Amino acid sequence: MVLLERIIQENRPSMLDISSHDVLLVGGGGAGLRAAIAVAETNPRLSVAVVSKVYPMRSHTVAAEGGAAGVHLAEDSLDEHAYDTVSGGDWLCDQDAVEIFVREAPRELVQLEHWGCPWSREPDGRIAVRPFGGMKKTRTWFAADKTGFHMLHTLFQTSLKYDGVVRYDEYFVTKLLVDDGRVQGVVALELTTGKVQAITAKAVILCAGGCGRVFRFTTNAAIKTGDGMALAYRAGAPLKDMEFVQYHPTGLPFTGILITEAARAEGGFLLNKDGYRYLQDYDLGRPEAKPVLRSMELGPRDRLSQAFVREQEKGRTLEGPYGAVVNLDLRHLGERTINSKLPFVRELCLKYEKIDPIAQMIPVRPVVHYMMGGVHTDLNGATPLKGLYAAGEVACVSINGANRLGSNSLPELLVFGARAGRAAAAYAAEQEPPGRYLLAQALDEESRLQEQFLQKTGGHEQIAVLREEMQKIMEQSAGIFRSGKSLTVAADKLHELQGRFRDIRMDDRGRLFNTELISALELSHMLDVAETMAQCALQRTESRGAHQRTDYPARDDEKFLAHSMVCRSADGRPQVEYAPVTITRWPPAERVYGR
Amino acid sequence: MANRITLQITRYHPGHDEKPRLETYEVPLRKEWVVLDALNYIKDYLDGSLSFRWSCRMGVCGSCGMTVNGVPKLTCATFVSDYAPGPVRIEPLKHFPVLRDLVVDTSDFLVKLAKSKPWIIRSVNKSLEEEYLQTPEQLEAYKQFSMCINCMLCYAACPVYGLDPLFSGPAAIALAQRYNMDSRDEGAGKRLDILSHHDGIWACTFVGECTKVCPKNVDPASAIQQYKLTASLEWVKSFVLPRGGQ
Repeated sequence: MVLLERIIQENRPSMLDISSHDVLLVGGGGAGLRAAIAVAETNPRLSVAVVSKVYPMRSHTVAAEGGAAGVHLAEDSLDEHAYDTVSGGDWLCDQDAVEIFVREAPRELVQLEHWGCPWSREPDGRIAVRPFGGMKKTRTWFAADKTGFHMLHTLFQTSLKYDGVVRYDEYFVTKLLVDDGRVQGVVALELTTGKVQAITAKAVILCAGGCGRVFRFTTNAAIKTGDGMALAYRAGAPLKDMEFVQYHPTGLPFTGILITEAARAEGGFLLNKDGYRYLQDYDLGRPEAKPVLRSMELGPRDRLSQAFVREQEKGRTLEGPYGAVVNLDLRHLGERTINSKLPFVRELCLKYEKIDPIAQMIPVRPVVHYMMGGVHTDLNGATPLKGLYAAGEVACVSINGANRLGSNSLPELLVFGARAGRAAAAYAAEQEPPGRYLLAQALDEESRLQEQFLQKTGGHEQIAVLREEMQKIMEQSAGIFRSGKSLTVAADKLHELQGRFRDIRMDDRGRLFNTELISALELSHMLDVAETMAQCALQRTESRGAHQRTDYPARDDEKFLAHSMVCRSADGRPQVEYAPVTITRWPPAERVYGR
Repeated sequence: MANRITLQITRYHPGHDEKPRLETYEVPLRKEWVVLDALNYIKDYLDGSLSFRWSCRMGVCGSCGMTVNGVPKLTCATFVSDYAPGPVRIEPLKHFPVLRDLVVDTSDFLVKLAKSKPWIIRSVNKSLEEEYLQTPEQLEAYKQFSMCINCMLCYAACPVYGLDPLFSGPAAIALAQRYNMDSRDEGAGKRLDILSHHDGIWACTFVGECTKVCPKNVDPASAIQQYKLTASLEWVKSFVLPRGGQ
């Protein structure tokens, strides 16, 4: 209504040009802010808009704990970081992307250092690095165990010095504006006022994060609802490798709060109910007193989470009030190491579990943590849809393949956030301003929001109930181990939920800060994304990395050394095709840990 | 432990309601529930129109600050059972305009934060080939101020901010001091004019309420006192050194 009122009042449709920018970021987390700064530095004449459903420093980058990988020590090499990443990803990574990633990561981490990030240090003042899972060399930069928090606040505070960066805080993007085959902006809802607004731009970069909230038990914040993935998918851009969901092996029961892998990197043990370091039974090496790189507790996340399930099947886990758990034992690290290297782990355990890891073991279980898949992009973050870019967890370049290594996602959002920012800046400088014909699309979108939600009458389905049913079926059928049968059940159930979503009941008719409307829009995004995950998982009849099919337990390079590319078909159902994986220097081989 | 507890929650929809009112809800009392879990239970099952902000539910994103029984708290880090048998009163953070129910307008802080220039300022930058050395002791000098999650509890607790909204406030000053104390930074002189005039640090009377409510053990009160000293020194430097000590 607001747009229409304005047009009627002022009788000039070009009012839309008032909220017009050169480059628009959807999302203000690590990738979005890095991209925004890259645009501003590449071309200070460009106007950059950061559109985010939360204030940028609330973004989920804030919750990353352990660290950011980048070759730092003389004994390390780019090739070794690349090999760890490629083998960790079970050869599904695009190796040209990995080579760029490992080359640019150290420089990006130094850039963060120059911007003030409080990296932990050696006594002589040099950057300190710590070991991490699946990494053969010590190369993970860290700021105690609040690395993401410090990176995000450093980026946010630094972004404040660029006059060209304009923020739309607490604006929820509901649609990408596409015309003439080109993305030219977004329609967004301003939460504070309920006003619907068209924000046009010559290029749009999606940096909206992942979608862990599709599952019930997740480390992910409430905001991680796959918005960026759904926006791209609805606009016709393909999503890639959506079946690859990372379970982190150590989450706190009930809350799903993450206990960082750094706890194991510093020397923590995973113990079953008999106090036995069970990982030795799963081809992950021999137990040693001190952590051994690429071995045991420092194996990759997919293998550790799978070992937990096998251990549970053998009846060797403990029963907690929220299901099976194993123990993470940090007691032998001592108070000093825990307080200096893992203070947040201690704080979280004391607060949420009422236990002190200095004296007690921490009950943990695998928890949904990260999406390897996402919006398909090239090496510069460009999607096949002109004018649309993506970076960070929302995107799939792919450097993570079938399983991401811990501490690769923070440098990923820097490297590819910066690359997408530079590429979008160059592209935007060449484009004509968006046309007035986008107005009609924006008005249509506003009518949709009114009709389907705000002025909807009747309706029987509760948002929370549909969300819980979705989360339950995803956990049961598309979790650490899946099968053709379970995934068919999931796909059918999701289709049913899509139908029931059209009959939702809305309690809140208010315009101002209507969080129920946001919950409904987020649920619709999650349902779309969940369908792509189930469909990609169903069609990949092999086991690779984090995608383990009980009915197809072996890796099949003949058929599936390929990326799943999923598009929305005319009837709204996901349609999967395959694209080749780029292999440069590391031909597919066996993944070896601990031997 | 009884198995239900009563929550009294501020409801306010500007334009519809003349003024804020307290509405009563009864929710299950579960030992593992934080206040935020109880609010989500209400939103999911009792009243979908209740508005509040939240995200990480692990005490680090800073979204869910509210007033619980009169005290500013992060609701994701405050257990309901600590208030048994209840009732528990949940209100928006004080000193900010209310947008809706428990949601307040904190945009004023963002303006003040930007004015305090919370970024590294240097006249000459090293190339990206090398890092700046910073010893653990130098890191320690500013580290605690860098732990601020911008949750706004300190503003809600600050009596000076309550009386004088022009006051820069505890978090913005702590973050300015975070950069002033950073061995890589040369910008203390540039952060002066914003903070040292009357609506800056001099208004603080060292009440210390900000430090008491901080959920991350930041000590903004000491930042403000330190800053008074830094500001005085910089002010003196501006007279005795060429180019104003820059």
